[in-house]
Amino acid sequence: MIPELGHFALILAFFVSLVQGVLPLVGAHKNRADWVAVARPATAASFLLVGVSFACLTWAFYVNDFSVEYVAGHSNTQLPTMYRLSAVWGGHEGSLLLWVFMLVGWAAAVAAFSRQLPAAMVARVLGVLGLVTVGLMAFVLLTSNPFDRLMSPPAEGRSLNPLLQDPGLIYHPPLLYMGYVGMAVAYAFAMAALLAGQLDAAWARWSRPWTTVAWVFLTLGIALGSWWAYYELGWGGWWFWDPVENASFMPWLVCTALIHSLAVTEKRGSFKNWTVLLAIAAFSLSLLGTFLVRSGVLTSVHAFATDPKRGLFILILLAVVVGASLLLFAARAPKVSPGGRFELISRETFLLVNNVLLVVACGAVLLGTLYPLIVDAFGGGKISVGPPYFNAVFIPIMLPLLVLVALGPVARWKQADLPAMLKKLWPAAVAAVAAGIVLPMLAGEWHAYVALALALVGWMSAALVLQTIDRLKAGSPTASWWGMQIAHFGLAVMVVGIAMVSTYQEERDVRMEPGETVSVGGYTFKFLGVKESRGPNYTADVGTFELSQDGKLMRLLHPEKRAYDTSQMPMTEAAIDAGFTRDVYVSLAEPLSPDVENGPWAVRVYFKPFVDWIWGGSLLMALGGLLAAADRRYRIRAKSSAAVAANAAGAAA
Amino acid sequence: MKLFLVACAALSLCLPLHAKEAAPLAEDPVVEKRLINISEELRCLVCQNESLAGSQAELAKDLREEVRGLIKEGKSDSEVKDFLVSRYGDFVLYRPQIKPSTYLLWAGPFLLLFIGLFTLFRFLKQRSKEVVDTPLSDEEKKRAEALLKDAQS
Repeated sequence: MIPELGHFALILAFFVSLVQGVLPLVGAHKNRADWVAVARPATAASFLLVGVSFACLTWAFYVNDFSVEYVAGHSNTQLPTMYRLSAVWGGHEGSLLLWVFMLVGWAAAVAAFSRQLPAAMVARVLGVLGLVTVGLMAFVLLTSNPFDRLMSPPAEGRSLNPLLQDPGLIYHPPLLYMGYVGMAVAYAFAMAALLAGQLDAAWARWSRPWTTVAWVFLTLGIALGSWWAYYELGWGGWWFWDPVENASFMPWLVCTALIHSLAVTEKRGSFKNWTVLLAIAAFSLSLLGTFLVRSGVLTSVHAFATDPKRGLFILILLAVVVGASLLLFAARAPKVSPGGRFELISRETFLLVNNVLLVVACGAVLLGTLYPLIVDAFGGGKISVGPPYFNAVFIPIMLPLLVLVALGPVARWKQADLPAMLKKLWPAAVAAVAAGIVLPMLAGEWHAYVALALALVGWMSAALVLQTIDRLKAGSPTASWWGMQIAHFGLAVMVVGIAMVSTYQEERDVRMEPGETVSVGGYTFKFLGVKESRGPNYTADVGTFELSQDGKLMRLLHPEKRAYDTSQMPMTEAAIDAGFTRDVYVSLAEPLSPDVENGPWAVRVYFKPFVDWIWGGSLLMALGGLLAAADRRYRIRAKSSAAVAANAAGAAA
Repeated sequence: MKLFLVACAALSLCLPLHAKEAAPLAEDPVVEKRLINISEELRCLVCQNESLAGSQAELAKDLREEVRGLIKEGKSDSEVKDFLVSRYGDFVLYRPQIKPSTYLLWAGPFLLLFIGLFTLFRFLKQRSKEVVDTPLSDEEKKRAEALLKDAQS
């Protein structure tokens, strides 16, 4: 009964969203206040209905209702409650329901927190979101219904993929989806502005905090996914340029460009067309990401559920979204005024170059991700495009960006004085050279690659300090200014992590008898042996290692090798001693003799300098984004400008 | 796998029992370093998308052992890769070889960068010709000042 209720609620939500997608848009166009007024209640109703539907599915998981096919396929009675609940999004159908739930959640948030915006604008934004919701709900209802029943329910479910039975995977998908789906909000604002024929600074100001918050979620989601891969997959890597990773990284790159471009549109009224295109691109890329993950056209570690029919549906949805948006854009864009004049050397130009670099980087990732498909389609055989390729093309494109990060915020709008900027920043240049020469020598061997990276870090950080001193002299800065500084600092921190760990990490593969030791990066592991232990739904060989430095015992580490009852694949649980300047990492590879408990094991140990700075940097970026989005100016009701905008909207309609 | 066990057994014979320092899986750290470098650029063929270096699959272990053997025979890195390509095809390489079918792949990003920057530059030049600042009239200036004052209070 409960699953049917969930299904029914979802069908109702579909029709409510249809109303939400049509009436307010038409109402805003025809200037009918009563139709415009439908937007908010319809959004709230749709949110509640999808919420009910989601709760029903969660309930089915909670009570182990294996008559529901999706539950039977992704959960079983042995699974701990926590993972039973997160199993709701452990497969295709449920994760799409989560997608839809978040989409209506974003729409409800826009409805609730945009009281200061003109009603017609809100109606258009909610209308566009309603249409997007209709598309995705149709997808769920027609191709991926999570509430489908089984004729003869099994006594026991098939359980969740063991890889997903991890705390990191409880939070990773929701965060990532919040980011993905948040792109829809940025897109809806852009579409609404195009529909109203009112692309202006006010639109940019309204859409900025939403875009930034979506970007924050995407940043956190990607970082958490990378951290999960690091400790769960057992090979100590944190980014593999896997198609699914790329699928989330491409919208991130474009969204980052969008945030910067929105800044120009808000402050200077320029690049409006470009900003709209970026918003369309960001959302299209998140749809494309969903297509790549869900269709199974690309082989990837993360593609847990794949089906070509579903891929086709998303591809059509993508084509409709892109096609309709571009048509609208082509119809409206020529009328847009170009904005204020600026010189070749100006903050506007710096931000445009930032945009070009980010978009080109995204293009490179897209090319590398799709190229094997293209070659295969043209009969060129199967090829692989992996990390060596992406590192070779992505890093050179990113390096100039790291130089510009220091210049952009110093440059003035309209016309920047290059000599004055250089005069201001010369200490940063000195810091860069010093950092490039000295730091790698302190860390160990001097390598050109790490020297370049650390020089750029020196340049960025010193410039940040100089800017901050300068800015503080002129009075207390706004929250969004601090947000920018912190996010840029986060980027520097992340570069340190990436450069250090990829240059100075040490790895050893050894055969260890109990009692033997292995040293890596100045740390010594002593293998004490393995004990078998029973978890809730797996048996584990739990190793014990003594970690010591200079003969001083630091702590015990317990890496595990797990065999889940429902899966053939053994799972590696690495044990990590995390630290500010390094992680040491030990994982059990396999037993080398039948005597598992007292015999020798193949063991991998890693020394990973500064690896946590990668995620620390991402956290700082996200924090910066939050600060920027929380700036007071987005919340005060600009009386006059809102009134003017409302008039303009009325006139346009 | 058999080869691997034999290697391990041989290895354990060479070592005094219960040595304090654990034995590396390969005797020679230089070989091991090269093995890691090579196998990071190779695909594990039975995994979804994992490198040969990272994979724990049986086939990957065997292949690593084979690569180890090739290195010890004195084969260069590219000879090792060529051998694997001749057996498994281009699919095994994570760094696609430069040949006509991959020209676009390798040149694409830099082409994009060039086009992007070139277009940007032309756009900026064009724009600075088109956009002319219309200075505010005295009347407008007064209104702007009044609005600013209003906003501050």
